[in-house]
Amino acid sequence: MTGSITALGLGLAVLGAGVGIGQIGGRAMDAIARQPEAVGDIRANMILTAALIEGVALIAVVLGWLG
Amino acid sequence: MRIRTTGILTCLMLALSWPLWAQHEGGQHTAAAHEAEAATEEHAQEGEAHHATCSCEPKEEGEFDVAAVAFHHIGDANAFHIWGDIYFPLPVMLYDRQGGKWDVMMSSRFDYKHNHGNGRKAINRYVLVEGVVYRVADEHFPAEEVQVDCVSETEHEGEKHPAIVYKGQCYELEAKTTWDGGFTGGGPTSFYDFSITKNVFTMLLVFFLLGWMFVSVRKAYQKRQGMAPTGLQNLVELMIMFIQEEVAKPFIGKHYFRYMPFLISLFFFILALNLIGQIPFFPGSGNVTGNISATAGLALVTAFRVYTSANKHYWEHVFWMPGVPAWVKVILTPVEMLGLLIKPFTLMLRLFANITAGHVVLISFVGLIFIFGKMGESIAGATAGIFSAFVLNGFMMAIEVLVALIQAFVFTLLAASYLGDATQEAH
Repeated sequence: MTGSITALGLGLAVLGAGVGIGQIGGRAMDAIARQPEAVGDIRANMILTAALIEGVALIAVVLGWLG
Repeated sequence: MRIRTTGILTCLMLALSWPLWAQHEGGQHTAAAHEAEAATEEHAQEGEAHHATCSCEPKEEGEFDVAAVAFHHIGDANAFHIWGDIYFPLPVMLYDRQGGKWDVMMSSRFDYKHNHGNGRKAINRYVLVEGVVYRVADEHFPAEEVQVDCVSETEHEGEKHPAIVYKGQCYELEAKTTWDGGFTGGGPTSFYDFSITKNVFTMLLVFFLLGWMFVSVRKAYQKRQGMAPTGLQNLVELMIMFIQEEVAKPFIGKHYFRYMPFLISLFFFILALNLIGQIPFFPGSGNVTGNISATAGLALVTAFRVYTSANKHYWEHVFWMPGVPAWVKVILTPVEMLGLLIKPFTLMLRLFANITAGHVVLISFVGLIFIFGKMGESIAGATAGIFSAFVLNGFMMAIEVLVALIQAFVFTLLAASYLGDATQEAH
């Protein structure tokens, strides 16, 4: 087995981000289906929340480079 | 129709693979190093007794080191690398901490012509390595302008350090200089680098561009009062109204207007820096928001603005949260105080990590060309590499433009949210 534990940690971080942002996307789609006229609000909030979660995941990636 | 589409696609492919042309690993290194090797063979043999670890011999061609190439390209430098051996030198301003001496010159004085950005001269123990100013660690190195043999590297515990060879002896160079004593670099150095580097140049460029844009839009509004907006006014008005309606008003509330200049400046500055960092060639190749010091500066300014506009209720909520029992307050206060530090810290890291990750991925995709082409051995592999890099890079660059917009928006939105928290009245 080659590679380092860091790579494994980075994969886990990406897994977390994927699950989280996937949830957001799914819920946003449900919300839009329920109330199509709120598309603008829902989209803005979805992007904001996704960016926050992605921020944490990328912080993990950066700390992975350091270690 | 088809010819036009093909023409456009070809131009796009050329533009997107431009970074590939600026690379010239392997071949040219060997040619230049062969000349240096012939001249210094004797010296190298004498010097071997002293430091056997570095020499001017050409490096053997190993695998393409993607990580090293990526971090070299996203890092700051004292000269812009334009194409092949053409560099655009920038002024260098160095302050020696021990002697208190200032050295101000253009980075071209280090004589790096046709040497891949490695200076042939050492001036007051400063050397230019691949476009970045380093300093010789040994204090007894001659302080006047001397000619070095070549720039090479030593290896300690598996990590490579840059070094120079002067009169056959190997002199190690200090780590890259940083303002923070090495938190983001390799440790404190004996000099401060106040040069106009790529990042400073890019920030100044963005400053003048944005200044020009806003001044001309302002003049247009004054001239065309009451008339419909035209041209640039449309775009700028769209973005400013977006910030006002979607970011400032909902998050800050009644007194949003006094924070509008700050939020608009933040948004446009970060957006412009993100976008200009995506352009792979000269005026645009400075990667400012991917530099943690730059994002730290932005986060500090935001924190300063938030904490100076915070009212009594905010500080009460931080230090002595009303409405909870006393034993909970004891736990909550340290957490809230940590939060005062963590919120700007995450602002800094979020922007830095997003932009840097994007740049590293883009450069790695270009690196695919070299990996597939096995450093020039296989043209077929390199062609396959070019096509895959073209497609992947096209896709990634589209995402990166989106990320640039989103990250500027999120930074501004969080700043507005913190400002809103800080200026909220009691409920």
